[in-house]
Amino acid sequence: MASRPLSRQERILYPLDWLEERSGLVGAVRYFLLRNVPGDINWFQTLGSAALTAFLVQAVTGIVLAMYYEPGPTTAYPSIQRITNDLWGGWLVRGMHKWGASVFIILMFMHMGRVFLFGAYKYPRELNWIIGVLLLALGLAEGFTGYLLPWDQTSYWATTVGINLNGTAPFLGPFIAQFLQGGTAINANTLSRFYAIHMLVLPPLIAGLIGLHLYLVIRLGVTSPPWSKDAAGSGPPPEPPASTREGLTRPAPRPGLERGGGGG
Amino acid sequence: MLFVASDVEPSREHAHAPGQSLWPVGLAVGVAAFLVGFVVSWTVVALGAVITLVFASLWIRDLGRGRSLAEAHAVVPETRANRVNAHPPAVAPAGPHAGAQVSRSVFLELSTLGLGGVIGGLVSLPVLGFVVGPAFLKQGVKQHDLGPMSEFPEGQFMITTFTSNPSEGFVSRVTAFVRYNGLLGTLPSFTILSSRCVHLGCPVQPNGVATTSAEKTYKDVDLIPVLPSGFGCPCHDSQYDTEGNRTSGPAPRALDRYSYSIVNDHLLVGAPFSVAYVVGKGAQAQIHKTGYAFPGEHVDGLESWLYPIQPPH
Repeated sequence: MASRPLSRQERILYPLDWLEERSGLVGAVRYFLLRNVPGDINWFQTLGSAALTAFLVQAVTGIVLAMYYEPGPTTAYPSIQRITNDLWGGWLVRGMHKWGASVFIILMFMHMGRVFLFGAYKYPRELNWIIGVLLLALGLAEGFTGYLLPWDQTSYWATTVGINLNGTAPFLGPFIAQFLQGGTAINANTLSRFYAIHMLVLPPLIAGLIGLHLYLVIRLGVTSPPWSKDAAGSGPPPEPPASTREGLTRPAPRPGLERGGGGG
Repeated sequence: MLFVASDVEPSREHAHAPGQSLWPVGLAVGVAAFLVGFVVSWTVVALGAVITLVFASLWIRDLGRGRSLAEAHAVVPETRANRVNAHPPAVAPAGPHAGAQVSRSVFLELSTLGLGGVIGGLVSLPVLGFVVGPAFLKQGVKQHDLGPMSEFPEGQFMITTFTSNPSEGFVSRVTAFVRYNGLLGTLPSFTILSSRCVHLGCPVQPNGVATTSAEKTYKDVDLIPVLPSGFGCPCHDSQYDTEGNRTSGPAPRALDRYSYSIVNDHLLVGAPFSVAYVVGKGAQAQIHKTGYAFPGEHVDGLESWLYPIQPPH
């Protein structure tokens, strides 16, 4: 161990070095946040981050609401009234959750539109489009299950119609509908199972898929806008994924058959 | 390969593995019986103890004779190149399993996956059953007393609301439109239409002014007289006539009905059923009934083939 006194900067960075040496986490965070992106990206490419932020708002406000919400056939509506009218700040948190739900869905659609119009779903990003579609479906399922929870007339009849829509699917529809409502009619089981799905099943799935979504964004990089001089295809091609070069299922490519640059 | 008894100190030159022996199996059975015995009976405890001791002593005797340590044959460290048996190994492996085509690591992989699958299945099957089962089993419908027959004047609909499942309270309130049709022969005839729209399940309303001033109650049952020209749904505007036949809108069939019985001059409402269409009116109506179906499903014609099996109601 050298006994040279540490400089001021080194003393500040020492804890980070300590962490990095033992975990590699600092490098991982740098790799995650400090990436090169095309020079001519624009504000439309922040819609994905905006949707992520909306999801985080839903997660945090949802956790707080879960501390006061009581999912029973006689307690659900009174507990919502208590959150809205009696608890300090409850109206705000519930409002954030209620309106934030719509914001989340709208932002996902706008993000999807941006990706579509920029052609950012094309090779090699097809898989990320598919994950995004799954995220959209799960987000809509969150909306459907969350809508019942206030347990008022609107939510009751909207859920009735929603479940019966499922019931009209051929062959399995009646079984899906009866499974969703946990019986032959909407009852106490419907409320508690929608609540469980809304807070315990779907959010972890969404969070996990968001992780996968971001991993692919980082691995494959951010796309240029279609009007970019640095348009896709003019530069060197993306490095083929490891699995096309060697690996478990296919032999290493023969020399001379690598993907050509440009064109494509 | 067996050591002779005088060879006390095993050689360090070679790896050694325990020889095959059945005694440990007996020992395990004995211990299990011993522990189960504490729950079942003292006899089983004693039996388990005896089995344990017998097999333990047999095993120890075996070990003491030095018969248990067999020299493990040398195993070539596996690499990706030689574990996939693209070509048979140049030198056939020595030992009792010579000629076996599954290498050790492949066997371990497969058995780990297999055991993991079995354990995962054992754990998740009951959970899955509990997730799905309660929605379909033990459903059934209890009869519900709607009050004395005299509450239902002939030829008039009563908007009848009752709590179908008292333990669930208000959410199980059900509305039916009940009309007394007079006697059919010697038996009283009722028309009991479900208020559940057969399009997507919204509450159907009578097209006519309900005489709320004449509202009556019997226990949990609310009765409001009305003389409707038909019934209509506020959600998507399905319209029905007074027999429940669809007259317009998106509904695929006639309104569902309830079965009923008369006990001690009281009207008891029973299980609901679905209706394709009704011919005729009142007591003379011919009801083309089917099993109870979800809203939106056709119960007759080609489209009904899309719903061959209904879940148990």
